[in-house]
Amino acid sequence: MSARSGNRFGRAVLPVLAVVATLLAVWYVAVVPMNVKEVLTQAEREGAVVVPPSAAERRDAGRWSLVFTNPHLLGSSWSMDRARLPAPHQVAQELWASTWVEETTGRRGIVRSGSFSNRSLVYHGGVTLGATVLGFVIGSMLGVLLAVGIVYNRAMDLSVMPWAIISQTIPIVALAPMIIVVLYSVGLSGLVAKAAISAYLSFFPVAVGMVKGLRSPDAMQLDLLRTYSAGKAQSFWKLRLPASVPYLFASLKIAIAASLVGAIVGELPVQRGGLGARMLGGSYYGQTEQIWAALIVAAVMAAGLVWFIGWIERRTLKAMGAQP
Amino acid sequence: MADPVIQASDLSLTFQTGDGPVHALKDVNLTVDKGDFVSFIGPSGCGKTTFLRAIAALEHPTSGTLSVNGMSADEARKARAYGYVFQAAGLYPWRTIGGNIRLPLEIMGYGRADMYDRVKNVLELVELAGFEKKYPWQLSGGMQQRASIARALAFDADLLLMDEPFGALDEIVRDRLNEELLALWARTEKTIAFVTHSIPEAVYLSTKIVVMSPRPGRITDVIDSPLPRERPLDIRDTPEFIEIAHRVRDGLRAGHGDAV
Repeated sequence: MSARSGNRFGRAVLPVLAVVATLLAVWYVAVVPMNVKEVLTQAEREGAVVVPPSAAERRDAGRWSLVFTNPHLLGSSWSMDRARLPAPHQVAQELWASTWVEETTGRRGIVRSGSFSNRSLVYHGGVTLGATVLGFVIGSMLGVLLAVGIVYNRAMDLSVMPWAIISQTIPIVALAPMIIVVLYSVGLSGLVAKAAISAYLSFFPVAVGMVKGLRSPDAMQLDLLRTYSAGKAQSFWKLRLPASVPYLFASLKIAIAASLVGAIVGELPVQRGGLGARMLGGSYYGQTEQIWAALIVAAVMAAGLVWFIGWIERRTLKAMGAQP
Repeated sequence: MADPVIQASDLSLTFQTGDGPVHALKDVNLTVDKGDFVSFIGPSGCGKTTFLRAIAALEHPTSGTLSVNGMSADEARKARAYGYVFQAAGLYPWRTIGGNIRLPLEIMGYGRADMYDRVKNVLELVELAGFEKKYPWQLSGGMQQRASIARALAFDADLLLMDEPFGALDEIVRDRLNEELLALWARTEKTIAFVTHSIPEAVYLSTKIVVMSPRPGRITDVIDSPLPRERPLDIRDTPEFIEIAHRVRDGLRAGHGDAV
């Protein structure tokens, strides 16, 4: 048993580790040409002889050629302050400093103040998570309701889906500020406004998946219910809804990831905390480590949320007698 | 004599398709009495399934009259006068075998205790006792089809409509299920209408064999079987059996208008 599960663990984890190691290697190499101009400028200030010597010539030169003409001066590529591309360990340090260190030793950290510091990614991640989950719940319920309407009502079948599709073709970055402004003018701001953007992005995959799922029973299964003279409500609860469950979960996984994107985009114009605010703040002040750290928190959060939906899916399908 | 269970007179059913009208049934006249085991046999496109679906009010005739239990087919469907067994078992994968058999009972509003008894009884009837808590994927194809028959028997319908229920099964399983179906028919005294394209199956099972032919779908021969109701499997080697099988084959050939 333990040998088998160990084997499964190895099979699941090793490929992931291999991919991560490859990505890190590529990242470390990419850091050199990305930062070469700034590194050489700094070296020149410290008295080193740089080829070519004039800053104007270096500005027009290719990054790789600068790397190959000055290989001995590149030592500080991986430790630059405000690097164009920070090295992975710099991002890791920023992550550590803005989570554990900030909360345990910082003046506003949870240890000293009793609440999460507004300079820590724990706090900002929490802000984003709240909006994501609220938006996801609203969006999913809306998606399911729309799907039921589309399947049972011919007028909705013909009218709703084109608009739903159009709604998803508008770039959310363009639409988000307007949603925030409109909602603010009716007295809704903060969490609810961001959740509205999340819901806007997440209702669509749920609606599409549920329409397909609710229509998945074949003619024979529908005929069977007709031979029982089953009503519309009975055919919904006993056939269409259970048949749609696998489709629902596939959609929910997409929806929760879309929800997270929506929450982050919603935080860009608001600037009241959240990972989106951290990312934009980082780019204002050239704090690239801060952007990368926030990005990594967002990615880990997305992975965790999708995994969580998958876990519920496995449990639900098992309870519904799925073949293991 | 009691009223016939199924009575069709001058029944026609035309489907409108992109390639023009298709005459699935034309001027069909048939009477099925209570307790009959009637088989419909014919090549594909002869309207045998359409006729069964018309009895079940899943299709609606274009002309003629059709009565089921003395009512119109629609009324009979609303009165839940029949159980229907499809070509595929069509069990819900998210329900156990017991849960699948409970499905019609839940829809028709049977009480809890009553449901429990009925599920137990029909599972014994189709020899699936002990499989109540299994899921469909845990059963073989033949067992699944038996469960679907149990589902059609669970409520009080005197009429059982079966549309090639054993068509997808191998011959050994099929023989066995045919034998069981006869035993079940004898025990429950239901009227059974059975669609098949197998001559031995039709002759072995039926008290009345309806031979049909296509384009347009019509009845070419109705044979009242002289075989006794009690039929062991080896009755298929008797001269009477072979004689009826010949008559069916002749009817099929005549309907086709050329050699089959």
